[in-house]
Amino acid sequence: MATRAEPVSRARTLGRVREVTLVRHLTVALAAGVVLYLVSNALSAFDDLQLATMGYYFVAVAGLTVLTGVNGQVSLGHGAFMAVGAYATAKLLGETGQGLPLAVVLVLAALITAVAGVVAGAAAARLRGPYLAGATLALAVGLPSLADRFPKFLGATNGLTVLPSTPPASLGADFPLERWQAWITCLGGLVTYVLLANLLRSRFGRAFRAVRDDEVAAQLAGLHVARTQILAFVVSAACAGLAGGLFVVVTQLAAPGAFQLALSVALLAGVVLGGLGSLWGAVLGAFALVMIPQWSEDLSKGLSLSGNVQANLALAVYGVVLIGVMLAAPRGLAGGLQWVHQQGRRAWSRRKEEER
Amino acid sequence: MRIRTSGPALAACGAAALALGVAACGSSGSGSSGGAAPGVTKSLVTVGGHFPLTGPAAPGYSEIPQAIDAYFKHVNAHGGINGRKLKFISRDDGYNPTNTVKVTKQLVLQDKVFAVLGGLGTPTHTKVVDFLNASKVPDLFVSSGCLCWDQPQKHPWTFGWQTDYTVEGKILGKYIADNFKGQKVAYFLQNDDFGSDGAKGLDMYIPKSQVVSRQTYEPGNTDIGPQMAKIKASGAQVLASFSIPAYTALVHLAGVKLDYHPKIVVSNVGADPTTLGGLLKAFSKGKAGSSLIEGLRTAYYLPSGNDASDPWIKMFKGIHDQYIPKLPWDGNVLYGEALAYTFAEALQMAGKSPTRQSIVDAIESGKLKGPGLVPFRYSKDSHAGFTGERLGEIKNGQLIEEGQPLVTDDGNGPIKPGTQPAQQPPPNGVPAQPAT
Repeated sequence: MATRAEPVSRARTLGRVREVTLVRHLTVALAAGVVLYLVSNALSAFDDLQLATMGYYFVAVAGLTVLTGVNGQVSLGHGAFMAVGAYATAKLLGETGQGLPLAVVLVLAALITAVAGVVAGAAAARLRGPYLAGATLALAVGLPSLADRFPKFLGATNGLTVLPSTPPASLGADFPLERWQAWITCLGGLVTYVLLANLLRSRFGRAFRAVRDDEVAAQLAGLHVARTQILAFVVSAACAGLAGGLFVVVTQLAAPGAFQLALSVALLAGVVLGGLGSLWGAVLGAFALVMIPQWSEDLSKGLSLSGNVQANLALAVYGVVLIGVMLAAPRGLAGGLQWVHQQGRRAWSRRKEEER
Repeated sequence: MRIRTSGPALAACGAAALALGVAACGSSGSGSSGGAAPGVTKSLVTVGGHFPLTGPAAPGYSEIPQAIDAYFKHVNAHGGINGRKLKFISRDDGYNPTNTVKVTKQLVLQDKVFAVLGGLGTPTHTKVVDFLNASKVPDLFVSSGCLCWDQPQKHPWTFGWQTDYTVEGKILGKYIADNFKGQKVAYFLQNDDFGSDGAKGLDMYIPKSQVVSRQTYEPGNTDIGPQMAKIKASGAQVLASFSIPAYTALVHLAGVKLDYHPKIVVSNVGADPTTLGGLLKAFSKGKAGSSLIEGLRTAYYLPSGNDASDPWIKMFKGIHDQYIPKLPWDGNVLYGEALAYTFAEALQMAGKSPTRQSIVDAIESGKLKGPGLVPFRYSKDSHAGFTGERLGEIKNGQLIEEGQPLVTDDGNGPIKPGTQPAQQPPPNGVPAQPAT
């Protein structure tokens, strides 16, 4: 995608656009924040918990969208980056919360995971297609078992537990913990949105896309392909790290059982379902990751099937939905909605013309 | 492919759609029950628990929730408790602590259960104890013998049920010290509270000089060859094992491979003959079977399922045959039914309009009798379950008792013969009105 601005007055135009972009993304985040605030207050405790879960899934899926959708690198190992962020958070918070304040811990967790992302990204930049998928797959399978290797430090299969971060007393004694958790993860999500949206509108975002579309052309245009790919990996890993930290906020637990291969695959499925390459798709993807298992579980409970079938039906429904979406809307839910929107507009203008 | 970062309109309606979506699915969790305790209506009491219905811990243990449900159906067929029917919701955590957190929150926040009943496992349930106590949800009869459930100060809503592993360790340890005097002993322990609580009890009676090897295993890693080789090399003549059934079976198979045949003493948790026989067959692809576990020593706190003359066994087996005939009649089914019976007894005692507080008070009153060979230890200061066990040996695939039931505490108290006369089950199998 050659959207490079004309060399004439390039710096000035870019500066103005970036300014406007920042304001625009902040406005969107603010509006979404108000909506989320109102919604979280109206929800029951369990639905707030679901919202909190969507919050950290959004952060992870958005990060993976940057890597896979925008930069064209596949990662089957983002569950492992979430694990890094989660363990860092649990360690830094301390078992009884005697460690650093939560906000600082979450930033540090993202930074630590970003460092892990540099290492993984450097290796990934040398690999292509199935080889890259294989290498990141090894990461997803291998990394969580480190916990068994260092049982004293990482708590083996038992994991590390932390005390829940409680809402401030000014919110009242009856303020549900789940709502507080939803606020934390949604705030994390909004911050991630603003940062990523700005990044994608910037020079770096265009570089990501240029490398994805044609590496040779990008190189000819003066881009350092490997460096760009590593940068995408680092950004994406930092998001996964933050998501891991938010996961600990919601579950109070960092254990290897949470970061199995299934999680990495689910994140990728979220990216594909929502719509490859758009942050709006990541919102839909996170929504789908939480609600599809829930709905299929309710469905199987409603059908009063036998225990074995019931336990596995959720997975089957998940697969069917994934196939269905890919057939009906190859560009994901976001792409599908955009198409519907365009068709609607076209039909509307056609009718208007006829009326005339 | 055309890629777009989200425009403001798109993102805003994204948030709105998300909001509406969540709100729309919020219908399931609406409405408070107006005065009565959550999970209790005029006609129904709903409780639930987390169990491994899938995954490596599922064989055997997945029968427990079905057995609880079967007993509840039996109660419902006889009019319920104080006119209320009982409903049991089991949710699958696959013995994965992360899933336990998720499904337990679901049970409390979405299903709005009155109490959590029989949540299974030490590594799993420890992750939700704080949540349940903070939410003031009765956390009754955890399916694990960890000492950690018995902390009434810290966890006033949590109660153990089965004999804890230290009491069991003491009883098995004394048995080993008395019967295998001077012989070399090796420990094989699960690498968590289950193993360490058990070893604590064993160590109180087996002299240190007699213990020649202590090996542990990680649940999930099925290669125990190295540990068994070390135990064989230590020359141990007795093997004391705190292991779940799959690993008890692996110990026996490793013994065959290494041509090593010590006397094996196993915690009640991993010693059910029917489950073991099935696992041995499965692991060895039919080459081995229950003959391998002949002579295995263990201890138990419920009547032996093989004892068809026992009135409790008659009652529980009858319920099994009527409601869950497809499941094998084994220790897991007996466990689930007995646990469900204890809950019914507590609910009966909690009064005509039970609340979360009143059922805790009922258990703390110490009046629960239960279906066991030994009494409970419940009081204001103790949330520990059964106080002892009876020794037994597997002969011809059946668990045969040895001597009297024994009782003790998990401190330095002595091991004494139990004096409580055997309890009789109620005539129709449903706990009766307590005498006032």
